[in-house]
Amino acid sequence: MTKKIKNLNLNFGPQHPAAHGVLRLILELDGEVVEKADPHIGLLHRGTEKLIENKTYMQAVPYFDRLDYVAPMNQEHAFALAIEKILKIDVPIRAQYIRVMFCEIGRILSHILNVTTQALDVGALTPSLWGFEERETLMTFYERASGSRLHANYFRAGGVHQDLPAGLENDIAKFCETFPKIINDLENLLTDNRIFKQRNVDIGVVTKDDALDYSFSGVMIRGSGVPWDLRKSQPYDCYDQLEFKIPVGKNGDCYDRYLCRIEEMKESVSIIKQCLARMQKGPIKAFDGKISPPSKKEIKQSMEALIHHFKLFTEGYRVPEDEIYTAVEAPKGEFGVYLISDGSSKPYKCKIRAPGFSHLQSMDYLIKGHMLADVPAVLGSLDIVFGEVDR
Amino acid sequence: MENLIDLEKKINSELTTKINKTSIKHNQIFVQIDKEDLIDVVLFLKTNKNFKFRQLIDITVVDYPEETNRFKIVYLFLSHEFNQRMIMSYFINENEVIPSLTSIFPSANWMEREVFDMYGVNFKDHPDLRRILTDYGFEGHPLRKDFPLTGHLEVRYSEEKKKVINEPVKLEQNYRNFDYESPWEGTKYIKEISETNDKKN
Repeated sequence: MTKKIKNLNLNFGPQHPAAHGVLRLILELDGEVVEKADPHIGLLHRGTEKLIENKTYMQAVPYFDRLDYVAPMNQEHAFALAIEKILKIDVPIRAQYIRVMFCEIGRILSHILNVTTQALDVGALTPSLWGFEERETLMTFYERASGSRLHANYFRAGGVHQDLPAGLENDIAKFCETFPKIINDLENLLTDNRIFKQRNVDIGVVTKDDALDYSFSGVMIRGSGVPWDLRKSQPYDCYDQLEFKIPVGKNGDCYDRYLCRIEEMKESVSIIKQCLARMQKGPIKAFDGKISPPSKKEIKQSMEALIHHFKLFTEGYRVPEDEIYTAVEAPKGEFGVYLISDGSSKPYKCKIRAPGFSHLQSMDYLIKGHMLADVPAVLGSLDIVFGEVDR
Repeated sequence: MENLIDLEKKINSELTTKINKTSIKHNQIFVQIDKEDLIDVVLFLKTNKNFKFRQLIDITVVDYPEETNRFKIVYLFLSHEFNQRMIMSYFINENEVIPSLTSIFPSANWMEREVFDMYGVNFKDHPDLRRILTDYGFEGHPLRKDFPLTGHLEVRYSEEKKKVINEPVKLEQNYRNFDYESPWEGTKYIKEISETNDKKN
């Protein structure tokens, strides 16, 4: 007599600590082997793109913080660059350094979160305790510059909202001195750790060709050995004046992606140091009074400044009819904004290209044939944040 | 920039009749094609050694409700080898079915699902055309310009029925869309930051 064996359907999430947010993953299991994975997303869908179409360009910036909420300013950067390119405005050099510096702080924020929670998913608790302490320090830098720890709303078309407060540069410089030691500590815990390697080496391997076909970007494509980084290949702001290396993986497995992230954090520290060293006193937003609001001081003295201020915060600035796609290298990969303006003060269409969306899509391809226990490891190495996947 | 002009020439000479229009803006090449040629053109640009647009970055739609061909379908491509971006587009009307790119780029799967979900554009030969971002059982296509910003239904937990229920949206105050547009042009010159002003204060 033969027994019929039926595959088991397992519902993973949406409330599961290893699902990194609200992911519902329907797994088809043959014993412990995953036959098929069907991610259900959209549980955090807020209709960001629709909302942006109904807000002025300046009001749309905070929505970008809420996409990938572990590295908010990187998203704002893409939007600011898109508007700047259409309006053809130059960003003062100090503002460029400030923006690049905060983008790199965002990269460290995101990578600490990812590396440590990936370790948590495979059973190591300590890295997250150590890492989150550093994230807290970094978020106080965000707070001191912009007023809030997470939803910064700091970048503007033409520069940044306000100059750095006194003493912040020194404190960031101090952090750059102490942080490499923390990265070393994390590496001591993980890089040669037997369990961590057993769980990550040769898991979720992506070949070069597949990485391209599945629209991977960022660490996901570099881990597979494609040296591609938008900061180098299509530099924006002042990245072309800075020196940094692009770490590239060899095998395209979860472990290589972990190593890439660790190395990128070290490079980010070096970029922040360079920014601090080169930063000069100077203006932090575009001079064009049609785009940048006047200072409080001017409003008190000049009628014209008062009118400009009022119009900028009610109607907003108008952006001529145009179509553009701009992308930045966000911590998770290529974050792009496809913007269509129609000459009014609101975008006609703003499509957000989130790296996590295409990464999560490949879940079925990555996990097929792996064990159930590998699901959190692969998911962790994809670096998924639902704010940007669901939009 | 020269590279880009070369690229434009090459695309035009290789694909002559299949290309309707090309233009260069903001260091990116914009290509307009016909719906029927989509698969041929994309496959050619992906495999040909002169182009190598190996990566599909995104698929999206722009809605122009006043036009007869209301949807503009937009494809964004990236060539790592030549470091070029291409934006390809064509117009369709509301009821047209368009070919799916899933056989060429596996990543087109979710992107097309999203387009279907948000705009209601149908794809031919798509393996799994379901809604993706909106709720189970959702009706309508939210990114169409004629879909209201506040939506049609809201959800809440009903204590009587002991489950989450859908109800028509009730708002204390409706969404107000003020028209701030005015003929205000103001001055054309760029303000100078004057030293004297600062000293007065």
